[in-house]
Amino acid sequence: MARSNSMQLKMLTTVAAWSIGLMIFFPILWTILTSFKTEAQAIASPPIFLNFDWTLENYQVVQERSNYMRFLWNSVFITGGSTLLGVLIGVPAAWSMAFVPSKRTKDILLWMLSTKMLPAVGVLYPLYLIFIELGVLDTRLGLIVVLMLINLPIIVWMLYTYFKEIPGEILEAARMDGATLKAEIFYVLMPMAIPGIASTILLNVILAWNEAFWTLNLTAAKAAPLTAFIASYSSPEGLFYAKLSAASTMAIAPILILGWFSQKQLVRGLTFGAVK
Amino acid sequence: MGRIVLDKVNKSFDGVEVIPPLDLTIEDGEFTVFVGPSGCGKSTLLRLIAGLEDVTGGQIHIDGKDATQLAPAKRKLAMVFQSYALYPHMTVRNNISFPLRMAKLDRDEINNKVMAAADVLNLTDYLERRPGLLSGGQRQRVAIGRAIVREPEAFLFDEPLSNLDAALRVEMRLEIGELHKRLATTMVYVTHDQVEAMTMADRIVVLKAGNIEQVGTPLELYSKPKNTFVAGFIGSPSMNLLEGPEAAKFGAKTIGIRPEHLSISDKEGVWSGIIGVSEHLGSDTFFHVKCELFPEPITVRASGEVNLHYGEKVFLTPNQKHLHQFAEDGRRIP
Repeated sequence: MARSNSMQLKMLTTVAAWSIGLMIFFPILWTILTSFKTEAQAIASPPIFLNFDWTLENYQVVQERSNYMRFLWNSVFITGGSTLLGVLIGVPAAWSMAFVPSKRTKDILLWMLSTKMLPAVGVLYPLYLIFIELGVLDTRLGLIVVLMLINLPIIVWMLYTYFKEIPGEILEAARMDGATLKAEIFYVLMPMAIPGIASTILLNVILAWNEAFWTLNLTAAKAAPLTAFIASYSSPEGLFYAKLSAASTMAIAPILILGWFSQKQLVRGLTFGAVK
Repeated sequence: MGRIVLDKVNKSFDGVEVIPPLDLTIEDGEFTVFVGPSGCGKSTLLRLIAGLEDVTGGQIHIDGKDATQLAPAKRKLAMVFQSYALYPHMTVRNNISFPLRMAKLDRDEINNKVMAAADVLNLTDYLERRPGLLSGGQRQRVAIGRAIVREPEAFLFDEPLSNLDAALRVEMRLEIGELHKRLATTMVYVTHDQVEAMTMADRIVVLKAGNIEQVGTPLELYSKPKNTFVAGFIGSPSMNLLEGPEAAKFGAKTIGIRPEHLSISDKEGVWSGIIGVSEHLGSDTFFHVKCELFPEPITVRASGEVNLHYGEKVFLTPNQKHLHQFAEDGRRIP
């Protein structure tokens, strides 16, 4: 009796999980499918699911019209740069908050998080002017700094949580053993926190890759990443769903593949400490 | 060498004084144990010596030099932590060699020292393992190995045996004692277990609420406790501390008599009482006797097995030579 109950429950949760998963995945699937349709089929009503003439024409057009590799390279550069810089700043910050907290540490953490609640558009104008002033408008460097700053609270928070799990006595032991602060962080803290640091990097890469507000507003041509590449296909010339979908598919493919291969690490990282 | 002098050392956390100004000298080569109930400040005191906490006031001299402001690494002290604090991502070999690598010794020298330490501690077969695969006792030995390779001025132990089971604790107690005899290096050892203190120490420092209650050899503390706190804390089972008219007869507020200094008889004696719970250890039997004269039950030790049972009327006679008298303020009356 109890056994069949638990079987039923398992089946039910499996079905529910699959439905929710498919629901979340459906828009991406639809985009990918649309990218292989002709423009006419893409807007056909009722919509065509699989029964259409598969074509690579859209990809060809997109490739001819814009330089995908340049956008891709900008995305890689900006994502990688902002993540690296963020972790370089985040590790010492999280170290001090986790191991030598002051009375204000909790307040600082909350304050950092609160900056994420500010609507980005609220600071667009001042930031835009500052960018002009500094001459970093439409440069990769400018974007790297901005994306690093907007994701820094998350980086620090995540690293802080992981570092909190590491017993302070081990770091004290390193100090007694003659380790300098640098040695303590590099030889003891970081190796022990590798799973945490890895998932922090992974999440940050995804966030930076997908960031669309600042990347669209602070770039024009030179530093424009893949978000701008997609946006250029929702143009005033009219809607070209199939080409837009092809561009989108090309833009999200790298991060989708990365996410697919690292999903175990990501889930483990995000639930670290919660399920121990 | 490893002489440690504390001069009016005190410590406050957020304005709360946990250690009032305190003077203490730990002689070179001495095995000193800080003992006291939890929260008495013994670990804090050790961490102040280690440099893991900053003193609020006073000075710490190590080996004749002012070390008050020195970083932990510069004090030439090695510490063994309660949780062992091994580096989980390093092999036993790398754990032990870590302080040597930090000191940038050359490879051969490091290797020789690690092998020598592993040999002493019976860790040779485990050098390539990670700490996660070792038993509690082995981990403790790795922690000790990491401390001894540095040849420090002094060893600091922070309740190193409290995570081990009883049998292993006795074994490690002997090993640490033996290590001290062989190295003849200053050791400062923190524990809440007075048995560890009594068996290992050259000198015991009894602490209560950050204050030093008494400093002395184990036998001094046992035979001449300075006050009721030390009297009750040192010795197992603890001393019977009795108050009331019976104590007044001896001109004291409180009298103290250890369980082993009372004789028990079913025929005659000074205090009469009824046997409550008895604990049979084979070699000894401890009786908890309820006397009319005192509110608290009195613990009595009898050698071997004695044919007395629950509820029986017995008589207790204290050995006058070993009777301790304490005044109103708890201090010993000489």
